[in-house]
Amino acid sequence: MAEITLIEALRQAMDEEMERDDRVFITGEDVGQRGGVFRATQGLFEKYGAERVIDSPLAELSIVAVGIGAALVGMRPICEIQFADYIFPAFNQIVNEAAMVYYRTGGDWHVPMVIRAPYGGGIGGGLYHSQSVETFFAHQPGLKIVIPSNPYDAKGILKSAVRDPNPVMIFEPKKGYRLIKGDVPPDDYTVPIGPAAVTREGTDLTIYAYGMMHYYVLQAAEAVARQDGISCEVVDVRTLVPLDRETVLASFKKTGKALIVYEASRFLGYGAEIAALLSDEAFEYMDGPIRRLTGPDRPGVPFAHTMQDFYMPNPDTIADAIRELAAY
Amino acid sequence: MATNVIMPQMGESVVEGTVGRWLKQEGDPVNEYEPLLEVETDKVTSEVTASAGGTLLKIYIGEGETVPAGTVLAVIGQPDEQVADAAPPAAAEHHAPVSESMAEQVAEQMPQAEPVRAEERTVRDGMPHVTPVVARMAAEHNIDVRQVRGTGRGGRVTKKDILAYLESGAPQTAEADLPPWEQPGSGDLFKPTDDLYKKPAASAEPALPAPADHTHKAPPAPGKSGELVPLSTMRRRIAEHMVRSKLQTAPHVTTVFEADLHRVVQHRTAHKADFAARGVNLTFTAYFAAATAEALRRHPMVNSEWTDEGILLKPEINLGIATALDEGLIVPVVKRADELSLIGLARQINDLAGRARQNALQPDEVQGGTFTITNHGVAGSLFATPIINQPQTGILGVGAIQKRVVVLDDDAIAVRPMVYLTLTFDHRVLDGASADWFMAEVVKLLEGWE
Amino acid sequence: MATDLQTAHQIDDTGIELDERTLLEMYWQMVRARRLDERVWVLHRQGKIAFHISGIGHEGIQVGAAYAMRRGHDYASLYYRDLAFSLSMGSTPLDFMLAVFGKAGEPTSGSRQMPSHWSSRELGMLTSSSPVGTQVPQAAGAALACKMRGDDRVVLVTLGEGSTSEGDFYEGLNWAGVHRLPMVCLVQNNIYAISVPMHLQMAVPNVADRAPMFGIAGAIVDGNDVLASYRVMQEAIARARGGEGATLVEAKTYRPVPHSSDDDDRTYRTRDEVEEWKLRDPILRFQGYLRERGLLDEETAQEIEQRVREEVDHAHATAEAAPYPPPEDTMFSVFAPDDIA
Repeated sequence: MAEITLIEALRQAMDEEMERDDRVFITGEDVGQRGGVFRATQGLFEKYGAERVIDSPLAELSIVAVGIGAALVGMRPICEIQFADYIFPAFNQIVNEAAMVYYRTGGDWHVPMVIRAPYGGGIGGGLYHSQSVETFFAHQPGLKIVIPSNPYDAKGILKSAVRDPNPVMIFEPKKGYRLIKGDVPPDDYTVPIGPAAVTREGTDLTIYAYGMMHYYVLQAAEAVARQDGISCEVVDVRTLVPLDRETVLASFKKTGKALIVYEASRFLGYGAEIAALLSDEAFEYMDGPIRRLTGPDRPGVPFAHTMQDFYMPNPDTIADAIRELAAY
Repeated sequence: MATNVIMPQMGESVVEGTVGRWLKQEGDPVNEYEPLLEVETDKVTSEVTASAGGTLLKIYIGEGETVPAGTVLAVIGQPDEQVADAAPPAAAEHHAPVSESMAEQVAEQMPQAEPVRAEERTVRDGMPHVTPVVARMAAEHNIDVRQVRGTGRGGRVTKKDILAYLESGAPQTAEADLPPWEQPGSGDLFKPTDDLYKKPAASAEPALPAPADHTHKAPPAPGKSGELVPLSTMRRRIAEHMVRSKLQTAPHVTTVFEADLHRVVQHRTAHKADFAARGVNLTFTAYFAAATAEALRRHPMVNSEWTDEGILLKPEINLGIATALDEGLIVPVVKRADELSLIGLARQINDLAGRARQNALQPDEVQGGTFTITNHGVAGSLFATPIINQPQTGILGVGAIQKRVVVLDDDAIAVRPMVYLTLTFDHRVLDGASADWFMAEVVKLLEGWE
Repeated sequence: MATDLQTAHQIDDTGIELDERTLLEMYWQMVRARRLDERVWVLHRQGKIAFHISGIGHEGIQVGAAYAMRRGHDYASLYYRDLAFSLSMGSTPLDFMLAVFGKAGEPTSGSRQMPSHWSSRELGMLTSSSPVGTQVPQAAGAALACKMRGDDRVVLVTLGEGSTSEGDFYEGLNWAGVHRLPMVCLVQNNIYAISVPMHLQMAVPNVADRAPMFGIAGAIVDGNDVLASYRVMQEAIARARGGEGATLVEAKTYRPVPHSSDDDDRTYRTRDEVEEWKLRDPILRFQGYLRERGLLDEETAQEIEQRVREEVDHAHATAEAAPYPPPEDTMFSVFAPDDIA
């Protein structure tokens, strides 16, 4: 097993899928010669050529729409939006077109495409390079949404996304691109879209998280185990849509307390859906209020590092939230 | 009279304390409010003062020892008094008024000793706050949540606490052994007391026809098939009385109330052993009887009898306690029930019920009743509409005591032992309002039991 | 915009090499579309159906374009007025009737969509939606795929002139220009976007004037002349198939009926204007052309009308009697299964 970074895992996934399947191609701004502004596609232009690694015009709507059209007639496009903050010009194409095609044609057409975008704060990006946008899309049935938290999952799940006959959005925690490292096996493996992962077993409470927050949650869980003797179970949601209700409910039934951590702004964030699910279907197992630890209700992560640090949950604030809930 | 010195609870989440320095020694005279010892927790050190004057007779817990809140540390009394050599288990409640600090203390469950005692918690209304999973588990395993040590915020019982309690093999609250009086018999309707004995009773009731002999099997009515069960004397008397009472004499109305018995349960649990030591089985019926007697004292119109000349308010409160027999029912009467203490009532009720089952009641023990209680709940009935025992004005039905989930004033959810109480009353004598005031009094007495 | 009545009647058949059978077939397609369309208007005014968005007046450009493409091979991404185009590609009057009645078995969407949202994988008709213009960059994507695969397919995409104001239009044609895509973008300019006239929609007199902006070819054609339309489209398709890139074709036409069954066009145009354009009706013009060439006598014309009438009646009756979709159809899956072809 080799230890690689998250971004390298994604790059390898795309490389291997391009090699495996002629129908796969990549388009987006700067994905070609530059290898992507985060180097997610580094080396692929040289290997597969301009025909398959296409530098697009600066026009997010058409990056996605061209992908839809190509997918309709049988290709497997991977469309990169340079920052999730810029995905909104393509919102109509994603939500009104890609998400709807299978349903509106009674299964006659489908859209096997991947939309990739780096998301999340903590990299000094300010209001327009730090946003979490998963909730906007999670609300529209017809889109699969995955957010990996580690290299193994990232590689495996991006491969699954390429092979999936449906539109799959993968939001990649950019803060973790080089920060998060892990082992990946050398052979062709996939991580299925759908199942959540229990990444730490425990008894006192369950913490649900994804992406960068999952990385911090593991750290906080370890800290409170050592310092306070609190036993946390951690669930890496991984696939936001379709949600693995079984694993989510089972863990809560076991511990009776839930803390949901997401860095997006609090109101109507993805974790609110988990909270609703737990109180709706596991009420008799509840031993404490269902808590969320989130970003504040402000439209973006401010640039100055003091404000950025205020905005983002971190292992210390997560540990405090764990302690408070455990004491209830 | 000896007074225990108790380890206080020093803070909301503090459940134990350490004896620091004894300021008095065994044998020293002590004045009320005088400091006795210093007590320490990791948060605070404070002095414990004497709650009564006298002599410090015995110190049970030495300096440096850490004990749970509620532990008896020492005892104060008169110099010649005998006291136990070892610390008695912590008691939660006394009839005598306790000092403010005592009343607010949270006692922690003592190490296992039969029987398990109820403890109070520092929650405003006296009952613990339970979450859904705790409520469910407690119901499933028949656990009295107040028996469980709470480690959650504010002393809350958490799911972990319930699991620990189960693992420790603590006894789950079961229905106490029923005295004969509370065991269901095979008959149902009650028998008019006066009809059981052939001697005419000194009452205003019209004389009933002499019992006829109906022991032979009567031929079935023409045209009907099936087995015919002959009518016993008692059955005939009961039938005649019921028809007369309900259909020919009094217009019957029944009003339904429910009472939260948690204080009664607490009291009973706290005193059962004590009463048993004094030879009395303390049953729930004693409480109902006590509350009813007191309520009748305050509402004399219910303790009455309709006559054409006027409503006769009876001078004494003679409580009939309907008792099931194999062949029917009999109603022995506790005379002057309002003048008896709880233990006195319990003693009499047990005695009468026991002898009723042995058919060993004296005639005057089934006569002169002014009000009747019928405990139909023993076999599971939730509430019923009993028929008035003539010539009385009302009869109180007591249903099955059931733990139910209730909503408290502050919208918290609690599990409480609840009971439906029904009053069937003679609408010639009472109207709905006055009947309900009486019932409200009974409920209030039960709910506020001290 | 008036031209004199002389030229208004003419059909320009320069360079047309279609045989008689095909010409008559094209005429029949136009009549069929028209009569079906008219019947649906009647149904709406009778209160039997909820909604109709008509293609009356557009039969010339649509039938011309459909016959210029390689049907069954090339792709087409249509817009809501393309009834004649859709029928020419192989859909049936029954398909359309099922859609307007919202009945079970409606092939494009199971009646989950409103009618006139053409779609058929089998016929090469890409799926369409209601937000206008979205189909242009999607068509560019399909054309990109065809180019990548080298399968010599061409992608046609149609839309109204109003929709060319959407950003999608620009982004799609930009791709078409940058990558020399095998694509023909056909704008059916009927002057009105619901009620908004051309001069409020754009500052140029022709949509096709914008072609150089994208680096692609542009062409303008009289959309009510079915044969001229055929020729211009054929040229554009040949360019695309030959690797010479995309063309923006603008067909000048007119919508003599309101935008949809919910529209009242008296609020934004005069009856005189409508009447004038009716004289340039594409079916009348083609009919005149065919008569002059001796290809269509009165008897044949009546025969065609009769045949069309029967087909429309049959479709109408069958659809009206068909059951509605069961309510559970709402819960049709949103995801394709892994093993989908």
